[in-house]
Amino acid sequence: MESVISVKGLNKTYASGFQALKHIDLTIKRGEIFALLGPNGAGKTTLISIICGIVNATRGEVIVAGYDIVKDYRKARTAIGLVPQELTSNMFDSVLATVNLSRGLFGKAPDKAHIERVLRELSLWDKRNDRIMNLSGGMKRRVLIAKALAHEPEVLFLDEPTAGVDVELRRDMWNMVRRLREQGVTIILTTHYIEEAEEMADRIGVINRGEIILVEDKADLMSKLGTKQLTIQLQEPLTQIPSSLADYGLQLAQEGHAVVYTFDAQCDHTGLADLLRALNEAGLEVKDLHSSQSSLEDIFVGLVHEENRPGAVAGAQAAALSGGQA
Amino acid sequence: MNGYGIRALYLSELSRMWRTLFQSIASPVISTSLYFIVFGAAIGSRMQEIDGVSYGAFIIPGLIMLMLLNESISNASFGIYMPKFTGTIYEVLSAPLSPVEIVVGYVGAAATKSVLLGILILLTARLFVDYEILHPIWMFGFLVLTAITFSLFGFIIGVWADGFEKLQIVPMMIVTPLAFLGGSFYSINMLPPMWQTITLFNPVVYLISGFRWSFYGVADVHIGVSLGMTLVFLTICLAIVWIIFRTGYKLKP
Repeated sequence: MESVISVKGLNKTYASGFQALKHIDLTIKRGEIFALLGPNGAGKTTLISIICGIVNATRGEVIVAGYDIVKDYRKARTAIGLVPQELTSNMFDSVLATVNLSRGLFGKAPDKAHIERVLRELSLWDKRNDRIMNLSGGMKRRVLIAKALAHEPEVLFLDEPTAGVDVELRRDMWNMVRRLREQGVTIILTTHYIEEAEEMADRIGVINRGEIILVEDKADLMSKLGTKQLTIQLQEPLTQIPSSLADYGLQLAQEGHAVVYTFDAQCDHTGLADLLRALNEAGLEVKDLHSSQSSLEDIFVGLVHEENRPGAVAGAQAAALSGGQA
Repeated sequence: MNGYGIRALYLSELSRMWRTLFQSIASPVISTSLYFIVFGAAIGSRMQEIDGVSYGAFIIPGLIMLMLLNESISNASFGIYMPKFTGTIYEVLSAPLSPVEIVVGYVGAAATKSVLLGILILLTARLFVDYEILHPIWMFGFLVLTAITFSLFGFIIGVWADGFEKLQIVPMMIVTPLAFLGGSFYSINMLPPMWQTITLFNPVVYLISGFRWSFYGVADVHIGVSLGMTLVFLTICLAIVWIIFRTGYKLKP
């Protein structure tokens, strides 16, 4: 698939000496939804800000829609729409005025039909003459999205788009993002809500301490790093795991009323049949079974936890397997 | 060139003036009119002429210049400071606008407001005092040049300021005293020789003197010197603005 953003050797050191980005290499494919995950201060917003032209890079190259963001900044920036993390908008402007301003700033001639389409899609048309200060937080967030879409960008950055919005609005936004993708817009999303990335993204990137530690197709990531857990409810509670079951790495749960078995779902031999047989031989009566797969959040926590461990150099994937169960 | 971008920024800034009509227009017109009433109509009738010009008419260029300096600085500094303060500056910085286009948008709008105000005050002054304008084109030229120069100065202050207090310090503590001591209400020839020399270090003297010359053909310093000093100040402001965008100072880390 053709790339729409190419980042090569990107470094950013602020005047304070803090190195926010360390040699970032990243390619975003045209038309995909890319989720950038990372803990606070990992460098997500700095990376987005450099690509959008708000922060100067110390070193490195960024190409957007085929244009260098420094040499051909006009063409590169015209291709980008940004929805910032903070609810920043001129509170005294009307919705229509602020959205028209955004279109003008990005060098596009006024287009009433397009603006109406965007506002209707975001359920803002009825509020078009209202001052932004009179809108709810969720509506203000929609206004920021409308502003970012006013100039018909090829690439849309959503920096924590659903922070502080209710569940219904979050679902609305997810649907809107999918519709945009269907229209050919590339979406780059940073989020703290892992479920958001899990729900929407085609690919996941994890950034920590200014370094990209992983970029992977979401499906591949989930299947590669995803572990499964089988919770076995017992008829009678246990005080300790019988020695005959020691090889299975079982953990007691629910005050001894259950044992938990963790296994790799991708393995040919999961050991489930052997375990059930061993339980039977140990005289333990099974009441119920429940299996669950590790979520993207578990994987993310595992990766970042391993990265942050002093002296950790590798093995992040292995850490995800174990740390994900924490 | 991003013509739509400049237009959008310029009109958006101007719209702030219409939104705050009283604060932007009525307030400076009323306060300057009070000067005309007190110093022009009331006290002025008891003052002797200066360089053959009645006192009431003599102070008009100085008062307009005083208002022009303060409004230009205030409009432009507020114009760039508020987006920084609220965070909306991200949109301007991420838009396909060159530094020149951003400055034209912000400074152009601030200077436009100041020039409109200057003309409005000039018309208002007619209600209280008789005056003539010998060189109307020069008068308009000085008005526009000073508005642009001090709007640039205001833009610099707005970028530099990281609080509302700093935003007020320069106009209140520096510009207003310099305007008052720069011959708004008197000719510097009325000062003792030593103070005349010291006053020549005040850049506002040249602005007021040049502007007053365009009205009455009399000036404290030669019109060429006034024009030259105004252009020097304009060049200094342009250079500082260039450095701001070149380095990203307080705009783009």
